[in-house]
Amino acid sequence: MTGRHTTPPATAPLPLLSDPALLSELHRDMLRFARLQLRDAELAEDAVQEAIEAALMNAATYAGTATLKTWVFGILRNKIIDILRRGSRSPLLSTVIGSDNDDEDGAIDALFRANGHWHPGSRPAAWAAPEESLENKQFWAVFEACLDHLAENVARVFMMREMLGLETAEICAELGITANNCHVILHRARTGLRGCLESNWFVKGACRTC
Amino acid sequence: MLSCKKASRLCSEALDRELGLRERLALRMHLMMCSGCTNYHDQMAFIRRVTTRFADGDLPPHGETGSCSEDTPENR
Repeated sequence: MTGRHTTPPATAPLPLLSDPALLSELHRDMLRFARLQLRDAELAEDAVQEAIEAALMNAATYAGTATLKTWVFGILRNKIIDILRRGSRSPLLSTVIGSDNDDEDGAIDALFRANGHWHPGSRPAAWAAPEESLENKQFWAVFEACLDHLAENVARVFMMREMLGLETAEICAELGITANNCHVILHRARTGLRGCLESNWFVKGACRTC
Repeated sequence: MLSCKKASRLCSEALDRELGLRERLALRMHLMMCSGCTNYHDQMAFIRRVTTRFADGDLPPHGETGSCSEDTPENR
């Protein structure tokens, strides 16, 4: 498990990109990530191809400070952002989110009593050893399932912000939504993920101790 | 006095914009008195770490055996 943190020497000829088996595994992981972000198999394949080509062409600039996979994923994220910026905004996204443009959010309201306090059942519990979960691949399966459980448009805004690292101002401009709307959606996404992780991993999940 | 609903919203917004002084003070006071929102606040930071690692492709290696499979009291 610690092996994946081993940093290849900067002079190594990028073994991950020249070994067919490793490259195929990397390609699969990149494609999954790109599909999640772009929700389009062809665009995702384009992004991955462009990222791998760019990585191969710029191999000399790889400083060896990040793991190679992290470095390649950084390139992939930039390619995905390029594609999002090039493309037209999704009409589905703007209509669904545009219809939900006030400060209140039913999904959030349901967690609170009328006086604004948490409902006893939704009050956030303390999580045991969350950091250890990061090394457990079953945790990541739960995380992906929880991500998948968010409404598609909510998940898209969340991923643009948290995974692609776009500022909310750019997300607003890209999707034609207000800053307030963006904050409402991100609040809903984070709260939804939090509740899902809590009930499927940290509290009810039986893996807490491993 | 901030409600938990508003406090949770500020915990989330703090990840997207710089809160004003008044917002920061109100949130800090609320968190001192509210363990539920303190958990929420800490978990927001954790979720950001999770998403950052996910976006870096920095996940535990794929394998056939789950690390939890042996000592998980799943069916107790």
